[in-house]
Amino acid sequence: MKKLSARRRHPLAALVVLLLALAATGGLYAAFAPAGEAQADNSAQSLAIEEGRQLYDVGCSSCHGSNGQGGSDGPSLVGVGAASVDFQVATGRMPLQQPGPQAPAKPAVYTQAEIDQLAAFIASLGPGPAVPDPDVYDPAQGDVARGGELFRSNCSQCHNFTGEGGALTHGKEAPNLYNVEPRHIYEAMLTGPQNMPSFPDTTLTEQDKRDIIAWLDEVNTSDSAQPGGFALGGYGPVGEGLFAWTIGIGALIAVAVWIGARSTKARKS
Amino acid sequence: MTSHDEPEPQHGAAGEHLPEHRSDGALTPADDPFADPGLPPHEHRRQDIDERAAKRSERTVALLFTVSILATIGFIASYVAIPIDRIVYIWPFGHVSGLNFSLGLTLGLALFCIGAGAVHWARTLMSDVETPDERHPIEATPEVRAHVFAEFRKGAAESQIGRRKLVRNTMLGAVAVVPLAGVVLLRDLGPLPHDKLRHTKWKAGSLIINESTMQPLRPEDITVGSLTQAMPEGMSPHDEDFHVEIAKAAVMLVRLQPDDIKDAKSAEWGHEGILCYSKICTHIGCPATLYEQQTHHALCPCHQSTFDLSDGARVLFGPAGHALPQLRITVNDDGFLEARGDFDEPPGPSFWERG
Amino acid sequence: MSTATDAPKPAEAPRRGSKAPAGERVADWADGRLGIYGLAKANMRKIFPDHWSFLLGEICLYSFIIIILTGVYLTLFFVPSMAEVEYHGSFKPMQGIMMTEAYASALDINFDVRGGLLVRQIHHWAALIFVVGLFCHMFRVFFTGAFRKPREINWLFGFLLLVLAIFTGLTGYSLPDDGLSGIGIRFMEGAILAVPIVGTYLQMFIFGGEFPGHDIIPRFFVAHVLLLPGIMLGLVVAHLILVFYHKHTQFAGPGRTNTNVVGMPLLPVYIAKAGGFFFLVFGVIAAIAATVTINPIWVMGPYRPDQVSTDAQPDWYLGFSEGLVRMMPGLEWVIPGGYTLNFGLLVPLAVFPGLLVVIGAYPFFESWGNRDPREHHIADRPRNAPTRTAFGMAWLTAFGVTMLAGGNDVWAINFNLSINAITWFCRIGFFVLPPIAFIITRRICLGLQRRDREKVLHGRETGVIKRLPHGEFIEVHEPLPQETLHTLTAHDQLTPYEIGPETDENGVRRKVGPLERARARVSRGYYGEHGQIPKPSREEYKEITSGHEHH
Repeated sequence: MKKLSARRRHPLAALVVLLLALAATGGLYAAFAPAGEAQADNSAQSLAIEEGRQLYDVGCSSCHGSNGQGGSDGPSLVGVGAASVDFQVATGRMPLQQPGPQAPAKPAVYTQAEIDQLAAFIASLGPGPAVPDPDVYDPAQGDVARGGELFRSNCSQCHNFTGEGGALTHGKEAPNLYNVEPRHIYEAMLTGPQNMPSFPDTTLTEQDKRDIIAWLDEVNTSDSAQPGGFALGGYGPVGEGLFAWTIGIGALIAVAVWIGARSTKARKS
Repeated sequence: MTSHDEPEPQHGAAGEHLPEHRSDGALTPADDPFADPGLPPHEHRRQDIDERAAKRSERTVALLFTVSILATIGFIASYVAIPIDRIVYIWPFGHVSGLNFSLGLTLGLALFCIGAGAVHWARTLMSDVETPDERHPIEATPEVRAHVFAEFRKGAAESQIGRRKLVRNTMLGAVAVVPLAGVVLLRDLGPLPHDKLRHTKWKAGSLIINESTMQPLRPEDITVGSLTQAMPEGMSPHDEDFHVEIAKAAVMLVRLQPDDIKDAKSAEWGHEGILCYSKICTHIGCPATLYEQQTHHALCPCHQSTFDLSDGARVLFGPAGHALPQLRITVNDDGFLEARGDFDEPPGPSFWERG
Repeated sequence: MSTATDAPKPAEAPRRGSKAPAGERVADWADGRLGIYGLAKANMRKIFPDHWSFLLGEICLYSFIIIILTGVYLTLFFVPSMAEVEYHGSFKPMQGIMMTEAYASALDINFDVRGGLLVRQIHHWAALIFVVGLFCHMFRVFFTGAFRKPREINWLFGFLLLVLAIFTGLTGYSLPDDGLSGIGIRFMEGAILAVPIVGTYLQMFIFGGEFPGHDIIPRFFVAHVLLLPGIMLGLVVAHLILVFYHKHTQFAGPGRTNTNVVGMPLLPVYIAKAGGFFFLVFGVIAAIAATVTINPIWVMGPYRPDQVSTDAQPDWYLGFSEGLVRMMPGLEWVIPGGYTLNFGLLVPLAVFPGLLVVIGAYPFFESWGNRDPREHHIADRPRNAPTRTAFGMAWLTAFGVTMLAGGNDVWAINFNLSINAITWFCRIGFFVLPPIAFIITRRICLGLQRRDREKVLHGRETGVIKRLPHGEFIEVHEPLPQETLHTLTAHDQLTPYEIGPETDENGVRRKVGPLERARARVSRGYYGEHGQIPKPSREEYKEITSGHEHH
């Protein structure tokens, strides 16, 4: 203790106290921060019902109505089609955990078998786009260059040149398309989930969509080449500016401090 | 330490608010507890007194220079050996170009080691005795000043510029006028604006071409909630003036439930809920095509101007000053959508004569 | 033809013989034509003070040199043409796409020229770091008052370099004609169109017709590689000559006065340190370019006026102008006669140079306020100039708010915020936060001055508690060494400038203009009782230290 009090006046004492305080605040925040994800998983496990209708009654009807007719909390599902269900439920957007600007993607609550049952039930309510065959969205059969051009015409305004995502009004966002399954990208274009406009086959053909998927497969997956090196999130000049202001100038100032510092004196060594 | 008194401020009365200058060194610490004790004596480094330490420094510096040589050899080897299209995975950077990575790091190392060697040499082996260098006042002495002014007056008088006003005035006039030649030469930088900004490729009867399929659009192609990028017929990306024309003529088509359209004129200008808007933002001209199909907002990604497409594209947020122009459309006898004419106001950013 | 041996040796220069070492002979040859010995005598052992912050300017100089070197290399391959071609280079995802020759050649630099990608990335990273360095250097000079007489002109040179660097960067950003480049050019077109009366004419003349036309990239190329860097090079040389002429400022310390400069000589120490620093800067930037992507133009695609991407920002040094535009609410007037004023652009375009000019003109404001005609070579500690420091922090706060607004979409998506909320925060913050920063900074500075005063008068608190024989506990204060006492009291303290009595000795009213009154008020703000804490006087110190002895 005596040692501690003697160092209380040390020039670095304030810094040490500050660091300790920051660490404590961070720890407290981590302890008290809401942990909602776990509960969703629990409720998922409790829903082990096989039939789509039953699944729907339990998991969906409170917002979308007992027969999918919609209500004040959720839109009508009549005619949205199986593709829409597959996209919304398999990407975890539905069921919605809490109201917000938009439903975020999260780990899926239902198994693929359950999703298929739900999709079959919704598809029975009215005609709508079906879940596409794997051939339709196979990136290997798409033209990357043409897909890039179509992407820049139709998609990049919201999702950014390489599909890193972008902000929309009032807290909504176009999500990052990094490593998103080609099937889900296809379904999203086809059905236009939430605020995303749809791109029906009449305006963007099957081949067009496949080309777009091929482009995304080329530029925005964990295997995509980034010839220049670490991509800084792909957000463009903002990330680059932050890097220049932190690591870039930081490294140079560290070098400058070394050059400007007094060399070690014999007395001290 | 020699003391140097600062030159007295020349501006007499203006100097009253200035502090007395310190007479450094003139007073002993007994008189002035804050007196300048002068430069502290030089302290030796290890290298100054211990030849073994100096040898170690010498070896470190030589090692750094040697590493630099090796890195340059590595640079040349990488250039020769690594194909330009080789992509390699390097944690944590990702799948990067092997050539760029190795060329950059070897070059960086080669340069860094030269610098590090030189600085280490300077810090440990070169003398680190701090010495003062006297400053001299920048202002000239009064004698020099007087001399300069006298010479200048003499020169000016000899030129007779003050006496012969005609020479002076015509010279000034000539020098002032001659740059006009250069200004005139700039005239052909570009054409005059005339009404170029007011007209686009759209005219009555133009089919509306889907940019993705390059096919004319029919009303049934456009579903509620969809977004279609389009341009007038008769344009191809191979055209000489394609960019100039598309910069004005680009449009987007959306379809709303007729009940959702709040602006009656807007509904009338559309076709069964299909609305065709210029997508060039009225603020500075980015395509404002971030369409939210549930809110019917179109956002511009450049400065977040937000337009309500269900209400005549009026501005909801952001720096844009007026609504996106709407193109009047109808269906022709073959069942294709077509324009009923050009925009009735200039699309794109505002300009002075826009009105 | 006579030989050197035939010529009579000048008696006054016996050293200039043919037997001198080769190096000396070359030097003699040059001296006979250039007079280099005179220059060398004055400068070879010129003294430079050691401090890391004095090297910030060197970061700028070296990154400027790196930019020129790499830029020359890039011009060997870049084709500044807007002719449309179909791409058939090595980069698969662009095969067959229509693009300008400029973009196609930029792709070739990345994928068909070995090392081209590296050089391009070094060029761009060096450009970003150059302007970062300019900012850091400028604010080092600002906060230490190193812009004061006699260095005001050099401050202006530096300021002009910053402005030119911003525009050189902008033209360079536009050259590759990728998606982001084109959006930048489109912004410029919109901005030019917004200019009242002559906007459309200017636009037609600059672009050679309607946007985008076929001329803007060749024209920007000339500005980027010749015109702007040419001017900058001249200014850099002038800036350096003045640095040599004025000699460097230094921080107060024992033996360091206003009439000397203490440090180490150019030859050999600073040749090695500064020369070495060039290689260090180049090395660090090359390593960054090897590992971190900058401006991946290959995924952005060629520019088309009907295509856009979110996250469309300029490079960081124009982030503040971008932010000003994003913050501005929409406002447009059609004035009588049918003319449009687009305030959504005009206001930010007026504030943008205004912000720069405020900081660029500050030295003249300060010297107008303090009427101090002396030369200043001792750098201020920021705390000892509270009002200036507070002004600088207020400016940086305003700048920071605009930068925040300039990246509002990126913050929104990364921190799950609403762009509208961020924009509103910035709109209000731009006016509210700088005054708050001003007040807080000034108080902190004054607090630090008080602490210095306490330290000088009462010594350093050691944290050691001593119990006196009669039971009293005291904390032992250690008196400061002479060096520290001097350093902490070496700064000047001006007294406020007084207008003087309203009437002269004969009772006649003097004429005091409003400008003069404002000047006195400014001076009071800087040097009045709320502007600085009086530093301890000798008498105070003596009284207190003698008191201690009685304890």
